[in-house]
Amino acid sequence: MTLHVDIPEETFSSILAKAFRNTAFVTGFVITLLILAMAVVSYIWTPYDVTKLVIADKTQGPSLAHWFGTDHFGRDILSMIMVGARNSIAVALVAVGIGMGVGVPLGAFAAARSGLVDEALMRINDLVFAFPALLSAIMITAIFGPGAVNAILAIGIFNIPVFARVARAGAMAIWPREFILAARAAGKSSTQISIEHVLPNIATLLLVQGTIQFALGILAEAGLSYLGLGAQPPMPSWGRMLFDAQTRMVVAPWMAIFPGMAIVITVLGLNLLGDGIADILDPKSRRQR
Amino acid sequence: MSLLEIENLSLAIGDTPILKGIELSVAPGEVLGLVGESGSGKSMTALTLMQLLPHAARATGRVAFDGIDILAATEDQMCALRGYDIGMVFQEPMTALNPVKTIGEQVAEGIRWHTKATRAAAEERARQMLDRVGLPQAKFPLSRYPHELSGGQRQRVVIAIACALKPKLLIADEPTTALDVVLQAQILDLLRDLVAESRMGLLLISHDLAVVTEMADRITILRRGEVMEAGDTVRTLSEQLHPYTRQLAQASMHVPARAKVHAVGSAKPLLEVEGVTRDYPGRRTSLFQRAPAIRAVDDVSLSMAPGQSVALVGRSGCGKSTLARMILALDRPSSGTIRFRGETITGKSEAELKPARRDMQVVFQDPYGSFDPRQKVERLVAEPLHLLEKKPTRADCREMVAHALHEVGLDPRDMDKYPHEFSGGQRQRLSIARAIITRPKLVVADEPVSALDVSIRAQILDLFAELNQKLGIAYLFITHDLTVARAITDEVLVMHDGKIVERGKTNEVLDHPQSEAAKALVNAAPDLHRAIARKIQEQG
Repeated sequence: MTLHVDIPEETFSSILAKAFRNTAFVTGFVITLLILAMAVVSYIWTPYDVTKLVIADKTQGPSLAHWFGTDHFGRDILSMIMVGARNSIAVALVAVGIGMGVGVPLGAFAAARSGLVDEALMRINDLVFAFPALLSAIMITAIFGPGAVNAILAIGIFNIPVFARVARAGAMAIWPREFILAARAAGKSSTQISIEHVLPNIATLLLVQGTIQFALGILAEAGLSYLGLGAQPPMPSWGRMLFDAQTRMVVAPWMAIFPGMAIVITVLGLNLLGDGIADILDPKSRRQR
Repeated sequence: MSLLEIENLSLAIGDTPILKGIELSVAPGEVLGLVGESGSGKSMTALTLMQLLPHAARATGRVAFDGIDILAATEDQMCALRGYDIGMVFQEPMTALNPVKTIGEQVAEGIRWHTKATRAAAEERARQMLDRVGLPQAKFPLSRYPHELSGGQRQRVVIAIACALKPKLLIADEPTTALDVVLQAQILDLLRDLVAESRMGLLLISHDLAVVTEMADRITILRRGEVMEAGDTVRTLSEQLHPYTRQLAQASMHVPARAKVHAVGSAKPLLEVEGVTRDYPGRRTSLFQRAPAIRAVDDVSLSMAPGQSVALVGRSGCGKSTLARMILALDRPSSGTIRFRGETITGKSEAELKPARRDMQVVFQDPYGSFDPRQKVERLVAEPLHLLEKKPTRADCREMVAHALHEVGLDPRDMDKYPHEFSGGQRQRLSIARAIITRPKLVVADEPVSALDVSIRAQILDLFAELNQKLGIAYLFITHDLTVARAITDEVLVMHDGKIVERGKTNEVLDHPQSEAAKALVNAAPDLHRAIARKIQEQG
C-alpha cells in the first residue's frame, strides 16, 4: 500500500500562514513592496524636481540635503532613483504582460494540439530563443528608434518563448491526467479544457516564472537605457544614470553606487519573492518539513 | 524462536495515533499475512520495522528482529540491516526502480554496499539473482533499463533487489496490487519458492484476503491501527469468529442483488462495434525508418443491447482500455466502424458527437486522478451538462447536481467541497454522479473498483447494480478482476492481444472457460472459497 498521506489541499489562509514563515518570501515581498511604494510615491512627491538642473549643486557627495548626492547637472540622485523605479517597473511589468499574454496561450495551444502544430510552434520558439535577448532588443530599438515603448516591445517579445515553453511543459504534464480525459468524454473542446482545467493547474508555475522574468526585465531595461536605447532624457532611468556615472566614477562614485544598488536590490527582491512562492506552492517541499 | 517479534507497538504521528498496541511475530520460513483496509496501519507497521518512518512519528513498544531492538537501533545499525537482513518489496513497480540506472546496477548496488564485493563479483551475483526470479540472461541482460520492462518484469527486478542478499525477513507491501491476475499468480509463486528455498520469513501485506489466504500460514487482521484478530489462516477464515473478519470475508465475495435483466435481444442494439482495429505507429528507429506498427486492437466486433451489462476482461496491455477509448470517441480507430444508437460515431467532429456524448459517459479507475483538484464538486459533477441542448441555468444546474449526488448516496451539500475532502470510495461515487447526470444510455467503466478497499468496493458495486435497475443504464465494465465481472455483468468478452477470444454468458464463461486466455485468467484469479478449501486439503 502506498502511503496515502493525503496532502491537505491548501486553503488561502493556510498558504498565507506558510508564506509568512518562509524567510525568502517575506524578504522578497518586503523589498518588492518598498520599491513599488517608492515608485508610487514618486508620482506625488520627490525630494527635488528631477527635471530642474541646478548647476550650483553639481556632483555633490551624499549630505543631509541630498542623501544620495547629486549628479553632474545638480539633480538629486534619490529623486532620480525614485522616478527611475517607475520607469523600470512599468517597462518590466508590461513586458512580462506581453510575454505571458502571448506566450502562455501559444504554449497551451501547442500542448493541446501536439503533433505537427506543436512541433512547428516550438521550433519557431527555439529560433526566437536562439538570439541573445539583449542583442535582439538592440536590433529592434535600432530599427524603430529608441524609447520606452520600443524597449517594452523588445523585452516583451523575448519573454514570449520563455512563457510559451513553461506553459507547454506544464500543460503537457496535465493533459494525460484522467480528469482531462473525463472532461473530453464530457465533450469539452480542447480550448475549453485548456482554460478550465489546464491553466488553473499551471498557474503557480507561471507565477513563479513571472517574478523571475520581471527581475530579468528590470535588468534588461537598465541595460537598454544604459546603451541609450531605453527611456529618453529628461526622463530618468537607472540604466542611463549608470551610463552618466561611468566617466565620473572616480570623482563622483555615489552617482554609480546608488542606481547600481537600486538595480541589485530590486532584482534580488524579486528573485527571493519568486523562490519563496515556488517553495510555498511546491507540493514536494510541502511534504517535507 | 521467532525471527521478528513485535510487542505492544504504538505509533503516533504528531498527535494522531496511527498504531495501537500491535502484536505480531514471524518465524523463519513462515509467511505472515497482514491484512487490513487502507488507513489500517499496515504500511506504517512495515515502515516501523525498517525505521523509515516520517520524522514526526514516535514509536513505543518493543520490536525485536533477530535479537536486535529495532526501536533503539542507531541509523548506522539500521543501514546495515536494511537490504541485508531485511528486504522490502514495494507496491508500485513503476516507481520503485530508478529510471536512469540499468537493472544490473540496481541489483548489484545493494550487494556491493553490504558485502564490499567487487563490481564484477556483485554483477555475477546480480546475474544469478535475476536468473532466479525468471529474467534470464538471453532476454534480460544486466544492461536493460526499467522502462524496457513490463510491470510484472519490473516487480521481478524489485524482488531480485530485495532478495539478492538472502535476507532473513522479506517485507512485501502489496506486491501484486498493481499487477493483473495472471502476473499476480506468477509473482506469488516466485515469492513462495523464495521463502521455501532459503527459509526466509515473509511479512506479506495486502488488502486482498484471497491472496493472503493462498500464501500465509498465519494472518493478522488490522483495523484502524489495532489488531482485530490473529491466528492460523485457515482457522481464522473458516471460522470467522471476529465480526470484522466476517465482514471483510463477506465483502470480498460480495455479489450485489440484481433482478434479472430487462428483456434483452428484442430491442435494437445500443452499441455496435464492427471490425475495429487500432494501430499505433512503431517507434522511430532512425530518421526515416519506423519499427512496424503495434496493433493494440485487432478486428474487434461486439454489440450491446440497451440496459445490458457487459464485462470486457483481459490482462493488462491486451487493448481493452484502447477499445474503450474508441467507443467513447476519445481515440479514432485505424479501421472499422462504431455505431451508437444506430448512428456511426467514427470520424465525426466534436460538434457532431455532442448528442452521442450525452448518452455515453465514463467512470475511471483512479478516484484520485479523475478530478481536477482545483475545482469544486459542483462544477466537476456538472461538467457533462454543457452537452445538453438547452444550457441549464445555474439554479437548474445545482438542482441536477444535488439530485445526482443524492442518487449516488452523497449529501447534496457536498457540492461546495473540493475533491480532496472526500475518501477514495466517495470520490468514486462522485465519478459515478458525474457519469449519470446527463442520464446516459451507456456508461463505460474502466476498472472502476480496483483501487478501492473490499468493503468500499462492495458498496460501489451495489451502487452500480442499483443504478442499472433504476435508470436502465447499460454498462461496459473493463476489468481484469473476474469477481467484479461475475458480480454485476450478464455477458463477458475475453480479450487477448487485441482480439476478442471468447464471449458468452458471464457464468458459463467463468465456470467453463474454453480459450487459453480465459483459462489463464480464471485459474489465476484469487478466490477466497477456493483458497480456503485448498488450504484445508493441504493440511489434511
